[in-house]
Formats: sequence, structure tokens, C-alpha cells
Amino acid sequence: MIKQSTKLPLTSGGLSKRIIPCLDVKDGRTVKGVNFVDLRDAGDPVELAAQYAQQGADELVFLDITATHERRKTMIEMVKAVARQLNIPFTIGGGISEIADAEALLNAGADKISINSAAVRNPQLIEDLAKAFGVQFVVLAVDTKHIDGKNRVHLNGGRLMTELETEDWIKRAENLGAGEILLTSMDHDGTKQGFDCDLLDKINKMINIPIIASGGAGKIEHFTTVFQQAGVDAALAASVFHYGEILIPDLKQELKKHDIPVRL
Amino acid sequence: MIGIINYGAGNIFSLTAALERQQIAYGMVNSEADLAQYTHIIIPGVGHAGTAMHKLEQTGMVKAIKALRKPVLGICVGMQLLTAHSEEGDAKLLDIVPLETKLFDKNLGIKIPHMGWNTVDFKNNLLFENVPSGTQFYFVHSYFIEYNPIFDIASVNYGNKFSAAIQKDNFFGVQFHPEKSGEAGERLLKNFSNLRS
Repeated sequence: MIKQSTKLPLTSGGLSKRIIPCLDVKDGRTVKGVNFVDLRDAGDPVELAAQYAQQGADELVFLDITATHERRKTMIEMVKAVARQLNIPFTIGGGISEIADAEALLNAGADKISINSAAVRNPQLIEDLAKAFGVQFVVLAVDTKHIDGKNRVHLNGGRLMTELETEDWIKRAENLGAGEILLTSMDHDGTKQGFDCDLLDKINKMINIPIIASGGAGKIEHFTTVFQQAGVDAALAASVFHYGEILIPDLKQELKKHDIPVRL
Repeated sequence: MIGIINYGAGNIFSLTAALERQQIAYGMVNSEADLAQYTHIIIPGVGHAGTAMHKLEQTGMVKAIKALRKPVLGICVGMQLLTAHSEEGDAKLLDIVPLETKLFDKNLGIKIPHMGWNTVDFKNNLLFENVPSGTQFYFVHSYFIEYNPIFDIASVNYGNKFSAAIQKDNFFGVQFHPEKSGEAGERLLKNFSNLRS
């Protein structure tokens, strides 16, 4: 079991480090590279979510990549279906730009929402959401890329660079009421060469809200490293989990061996 | 059957979903008259304790809730409402359990809110029956209930030791979210529903 109070800097006061699979959703169906052997329907978000919960995922993130106007309605139905079955917390992201979107998701059973481009275009959204639903409900997702010695915030799934510096934006978002940061390093994303520990460590030291590391997970060691070197609160990955390259029980056993607190 | 106090403090979809998964029957308590039809009562709650108390007062049920003799379970802010006072909004609460709800001290070097899975150290109590020792539950909160050996039935460490669950007579409270705490949380809800009325 977890030793309490002996490793304050690493344990964040007793909390377990969270492992978060991320699922892309389109038109209410999960897409992209899901390769579980015993799934009857790899596109069914409910079944997939239940599978991850069973494996020991601490939380799930669903990213809606639907582009159509019908998106909101489909998403709400999916969120309700997930909330009926899932016994761990989950976050919904993608295309949330107003209070009404967030409220509908909350009432459908989502524990948190993640906002990205809409918050950059309208920072007031962070404050409004935090006031309406509490800071714990508001995750700020930031896609960042290292350009000419600076870390720049990117929008629209990374396609659009802004002049915003990542450090400044995250600090400002925390002050506005963001409850958690989901930081994706575009330089590391898809490389499977490990998380951007230097940047994550830097950001983590600047803020007093939880931070989720994203981008670059390829091997179990990468998770050990990001928790040890950057002290992040959670680590998120998609393909390594979906393709079964890393199994969550194996990952957690390995983290435990390194005295990183996990929920087993 | 469980009655859920319906006073508009946060969304209860996840709670009702968890009860349905456990095949525990439930209904909504909208006014004092509804209280009598249920054997067990849950007070849910998310958000600001002061605001939640204000909303509860508006239902006109405060006196009747305090007089209940059947098992009552407060969850998260619903647990905090059982205490005498909260630093959140300097609010006077139900005062069923003479304890104080306090804000986490930033100087302890911890992130606030306390969000995630933490190990709950529970005592021998029917609420935790068949929950393995060392089990972790899911917490999301910025205010906590001070540890008190008389009323504490489960404690947790985050910056300091505080109450994860309390009990006074038929009134129970849990700071974590059983409806989001995996199988152990579902077990706890089942245990509550099995408490003798």
C-alpha cells in the first residue's frame, strides 16, 4: 500500500498519480487505432470506457472531433451513455465555446470539460465557467510547440500558431480560474520518444493546480520518467493504450516499483 | 428506497447512474412531505457550501432533515452541510455534527483543489463493509472537515490529516465521491442502502 507522508514532493501530499487514456470521438463513435482483442465493437465509447475502467485507468478524456452542426446533440447522448456505465471520472473536450455547451455536458454526467481554442479567443470563458460550475470542472488544454527559443501556443488542433507564449498563457489561465492544465507538447506528440519533461517541469513549478502531461508516450519508462522528473499529477496517452502496447496494470506495477504512488 | 434531497446543488446524474448500476431504488425528495416515503436519505452536493446551504434552506426542509432518524448520507458538500460551519462563505450549516469545514492551507505546499485518488484509512464501520483496506477513493474539493476522533470513521492525508468520512448516530458523510470511486464506491453505496433503518 501507499506510504503516506514520507515522500511529500513526489506524492503531491498523498494523491495517486493518475493514468488517463484519451479517446477521440467522431459522431458519437470512438475512432482511431483501437485494437483491443476482446471488444465486440471498438467504436462504442461505452464499451471502450468500461474496458479501460476495468484495466485500472484513473480517469478518461474524450476528445470530440466531430465537425458537423449536429455535434452537440450526438455528444450529449454519448456522454449520458458513458456516465450511466462508467464508475470513474471523465472529461469531455473539443469544440466547447460557451457556457450552454458546458452546462449540457455537466448535466449529462461529465465531471470536467476541457477547453482550448475558445479560451484563447475569449479568456473570459475560463472565468465564466469557473464561476458557474467551479474550478474543478474547467480543464485548460494547451497545445504547445517550441519555435525559435520560445514555447508558442497553437490552436485548431495545432494547425494555427499564435503569438502567445505558453508559460504566460497558462499562468493567466490559472488566475482566471482554470482548475487543471492538460499540456500537449506538439514536438513530442506522435514521436513515442517520451514526454517533454523539461517543459512540464518548468510549467509545473509555476502553477498551483494539477497538470496532465500529454504527447510522446511510447514506453512504460516514459511514464516513470515524467512523474519522477517533472512531478506532474497525471499522464495521458492514446495510441500506446489503444493498440495494447502498454497495458495499464503493467504500467502501474512498474510505477509502484519506482515508489510512484498509484491506485492498484 | 433511497430518497435524494433535490435542492439544486450540482448535477446528480452520476449518482443516480451509480445507484441504478447497483440496482438500488431511489426517488427525489422535493419537499418535507416526500421524506416519509423513503427509508434512507442522500444529501448530494457540489460547489459552494454557503450557496448549497442557502438552497437547502429555500426548500424549507432543514428542520425536518435535522430531525431524521433514518440513515442519512451526505456526499462531498452534502457531507460538509452536516457540520456546524464552513469557512467557505463563512456559512452556518446544519450543525448536526459539531465540526468545522475549513479551507486547505496553501502554505502546506499542496495543490488545491484536492483532486484525484487518495487512500482512505477507515475504521470498522458498516459503511465500509467488504471494502479492502488501503482502498483509494476519488476526491474533488477545496475545503475539508477537521479530523475529530469522536466522529471520524475514515481519515485521509493531504497536506494534513482530515476526515474522509464521519458519523454521528444515523448521519453519515463522505468527502469523496462514491459514485466516481470505482467498485469500492459502488460497494459503499450498496452498504449504505443496506443499513438498518
